[in-house]
Amino acid sequence: MTDYSRDQVMNVISSVMGKVNSSQAQPLEHIQSELAGLAKTIDDLHDDIMATRSHDVNDKHIPTATDELDAVIGATENASATIMDSCEAIQAIVEKSDDATKSGVFEETTKIFEACSFQDITGQRISKVINTLKDIEATVDNLLNLFGPVNDSDKREAVDTRSEDEKLMNGPQMNGQGVSQDDIDKLLAEFD
Amino acid sequence: MNTGMKVLIVDDYATMLRIIRNLLNQIGFKDVDEAADGTQALEKFKSANYGLVISDWNMEPMSGYELLKEIRGGAHNKDVPFIMITAESKTENVIKAKQAGVSNYIVKPFNAETLKGKIESVLQE
Repeated sequence: MTDYSRDQVMNVISSVMGKVNSSQAQPLEHIQSELAGLAKTIDDLHDDIMATRSHDVNDKHIPTATDELDAVIGATENASATIMDSCEAIQAIVEKSDDATKSGVFEETTKIFEACSFQDITGQRISKVINTLKDIEATVDNLLNLFGPVNDSDKREAVDTRSEDEKLMNGPQMNGQGVSQDDIDKLLAEFD
Repeated sequence: MNTGMKVLIVDDYATMLRIIRNLLNQIGFKDVDEAADGTQALEKFKSANYGLVISDWNMEPMSGYELLKEIRGGAHNKDVPFIMITAESKTENVIKAKQAGVSNYIVKPFNAETLKGKIESVLQE
């Protein structure tokens, strides 16, 4: 990758501007040559940015990360609901028990309810991370748009250096993306 | 403590609403209404006579802080005890809430003992 500096681009621009403003007429070829150099520098920069696969950040990495985090919120919410369902069922069962039993069970189930508030806190923290990722996505988008729309022809395929084993490790799957235990059982049965 | 009053609890997390409702039930409050944000809460508040409001802060589109200011600035039941239960634990938040007229302030995560103590405190005032 080419090394660029802001000074490098500014020097070319200053040189062109100097020649245009100069009291001594400059040959048009000189100015055209400087501008061509500037155009090439910008073009090389565009190519190098495409080579870094920056578009992957917005097209793939951030959407995947936010989906995973949404799934964490959903999973912990479901787990909390199940735990609380059980607590309420236990409380209903002991409702007509003697006072000591009822009091003891309610005391313990209350602790479980209190502990379930972790889901609210973690959910809020994860939501903050999701918002940060969306800010990064917008920033990357703005940077890429400085060089015009990214065409499919500009996008370069990443070389996947993972081992075969690593390529198989993509779990846990999102809802609807994996197969159910029933489907797995049926699939395995086909081998028998 | 009079637990016969109507209580409004406000939080955008269904889990938290359920936790607070259960804890209130155990304290003795059986008449508990729920709202998922400040806007929904304000509608319910205007159409009933609540003896206590317990609200989260961070909600869209109307926060608990905005809800508090709406209630305190309104004509209906404006002096109702209002407890903020929130993860916002910065001093400036507590000061803002106090200036807006909050009756008490609980930081998440909290336990039943804290909730009961704060409710007793605001209902005695």
